[in-house]
Amino acid sequence: MTTLTQQTLSHLDWLEAEAIHIMREVAGQCSSPVLLFSGGKDSVCMLRIAEKAFRPGRFPFPLMHIDTGHNYPEVIAFRDKRAAELGERLIVRSLEDSMARGSIVLKHEHESRNKHQSVTLLEAIEEFGFDACIGGARRDEEKARAKERIMSFRDEFGQWDPKNQRPELWNLYNARSHKGENIRAFPISNWTELDVWQYIQREQLELPSIYFAHTRPVVRKGDLLMPVTDLTPAKPGDTIEEVMVRFRTVGDVSCTAPVASDADTVDKILAETATTTITERGATRMDDQTSEASMEQRKKEGYF
Amino acid sequence: MSALEHLPEIDNGLLRFLTCGSVDDGKSTLIGRLLFDSKTILADTLNAMEKTSARRGMTAVDLSLLTDGLQAEREQGITIDVAYRYFSTGTRKYIIADAPGHEQYTRNMVTAASTANLAIILVDARKGMLNQTRRHSTLAHLLGIPHLLVAINKMDLVDYDQATYENIKAEYLKFAHKMGLKDVRFIPLSALSGDMVVERGERMPWYEGPTLINILETAPAAHTERPEAFRFPVQFVCRPQDSANPELHDYRGFMGRVESGEIAVGDAVTVLPNGLSSRVKAIEIGGQKIERAIHEQSVTLLLDDEIDTSRGDMIVKSAEAPEAVKQIDANVCWMSETPMSPARTYLIRHTSREVKAKIAKIDYRLDINTMEHEPVDTLAMNDIARLTLKLAQPIFADPYRSNRATGAFIIIDESTNNTVGAGMIV
Repeated sequence: MTTLTQQTLSHLDWLEAEAIHIMREVAGQCSSPVLLFSGGKDSVCMLRIAEKAFRPGRFPFPLMHIDTGHNYPEVIAFRDKRAAELGERLIVRSLEDSMARGSIVLKHEHESRNKHQSVTLLEAIEEFGFDACIGGARRDEEKARAKERIMSFRDEFGQWDPKNQRPELWNLYNARSHKGENIRAFPISNWTELDVWQYIQREQLELPSIYFAHTRPVVRKGDLLMPVTDLTPAKPGDTIEEVMVRFRTVGDVSCTAPVASDADTVDKILAETATTTITERGATRMDDQTSEASMEQRKKEGYF
Repeated sequence: MSALEHLPEIDNGLLRFLTCGSVDDGKSTLIGRLLFDSKTILADTLNAMEKTSARRGMTAVDLSLLTDGLQAEREQGITIDVAYRYFSTGTRKYIIADAPGHEQYTRNMVTAASTANLAIILVDARKGMLNQTRRHSTLAHLLGIPHLLVAINKMDLVDYDQATYENIKAEYLKFAHKMGLKDVRFIPLSALSGDMVVERGERMPWYEGPTLINILETAPAAHTERPEAFRFPVQFVCRPQDSANPELHDYRGFMGRVESGEIAVGDAVTVLPNGLSSRVKAIEIGGQKIERAIHEQSVTLLLDDEIDTSRGDMIVKSAEAPEAVKQIDANVCWMSETPMSPARTYLIRHTSREVKAKIAKIDYRLDINTMEHEPVDTLAMNDIARLTLKLAQPIFADPYRSNRATGAFIIIDESTNNTVGAGMIV
């Protein structure tokens, strides 16, 4: 190999450029895309990428959040503030509306609403006629995601068929779909949790406060710290502890647990992320722990 | 290793590479070893692997479990699809494209190779060069991967014998010469024990070259070291006429990615297909001005003159415009279970342009084991063939050998919208 080198981008610049390219492909190929924005750290990066892709113009898509009704209030407040700052349209569709319509039936009152998001998402896709949903999922999050395309085709029922995915070569993306079908586009597929934090640091992105260390009442359940909230009260016999924690992922209150940490700045979180011994979802997501294939199963049913 | 040492301080960019081989060659073990030694595998993943290994009756942790992503793969103990893995060392981030090695998965290897700048070709030291080795090398070469690394693995099973290594190397070099493979390197290693992967180990003092990780850390991350012509396919046009800011009423930004070469403010450019010329007035990222943009950067170009331009057009430097062609010769890999129907019209996506295409001629099918040319009437999945295609509209193309971005295209079946083929312009 020669030692001569052409000037190349830093790894973050490369990842950013790739993500911008993917977002522009969605905007160029699809007639009615939407960007899924939850207020979580990955979708915060997505908004910065959208700014870099489309400013000084407006985003060629609205933002949408599928609200389980069980989100942390800090995250919802942040979501609304961020959309307003950007001056972009935010659509919120709520699981509670689907429940009222009867399209979501919970097994019991306290069942996690996380997996039911697919139903509300599919209803919203139909309502607005979206042909593409841009999401912040990453391949390093979970092993079913490692095999997902950047432009992932979903049929009329929102189903992902892992054995029948479109080949994806070079940076030639195929986001074509027939009416009623749908493309899920994942511009930050190639990012890791560490890349996300490095990008947040570099771009000085604001995040919901619960990503940073704070004191919170929790109950220990095995390796997990279960937050004590109105939705997830302590059970008789539980020992409630006040622990310094932060959230590594932010989702439904009923299925997202914080980790013990005193990292209260992005720099400290970066240092922790670089040396952690537990995967992002492993430490925090109860919904991924039911079986080895739980994410794959949810995705087949129309999950992000 | 402290946290700070683990963060890429000296940013040596990102290297995408491909591993070719099958489970039998120790490919999954090698990937597992790279992830394990670079501390990318975390405790809970390891726990899950231990449990699964035990359930399958294995005594040691099976590192190959890391690459089984899908339920069907875990059930059958095989790899079906390309998986992407990530790790980083102190200076660099890596994306591994891991493709299954069997012959019937040619299309997966082609897919994985399309974005790689280095290929690790695994050879089992006990078996030496196999048809599979030739096939993988041929495909890597066809897909234009600039750097090949032949990793002669399982040295532990041949007593770390230098002569075995040298013999395989000599045989491969003969093949490489015949094929015209230029940048080939060799390394002896044991993925199982880790020798020459991240650590040198003590059992192969006769090998004085760098370890695998050293090679990966220093390999050029770019696809080419040659200066390339500037190619800027327009993805999206930004016209914020309705903006509250009156200064933006005449704003017309051409958004895209610099697929090759570089561009600076003031450069003379030509817009294809209309052929009108202008100069670069400004280069922006997200509304912020920069002076120049390099290969792989996503930017917005503003021109001095008002030229009607839309998605699918291409901006190039006036002095180095590509050819506009309506007929192309290409090497095509067929990727669909539905065979090619030579009578049909397909859709071709080339850069940001989509055109209809008809198959004018199938010149031959290439037997990737023997390199022989065979006459055929149609193409089935995993076939690689030389075709002549007629296009309804011109595309602005370069030969794949000289430009990977403007030499590549995919074939789409409009009835299903599936991607059914991948092509490289000759």
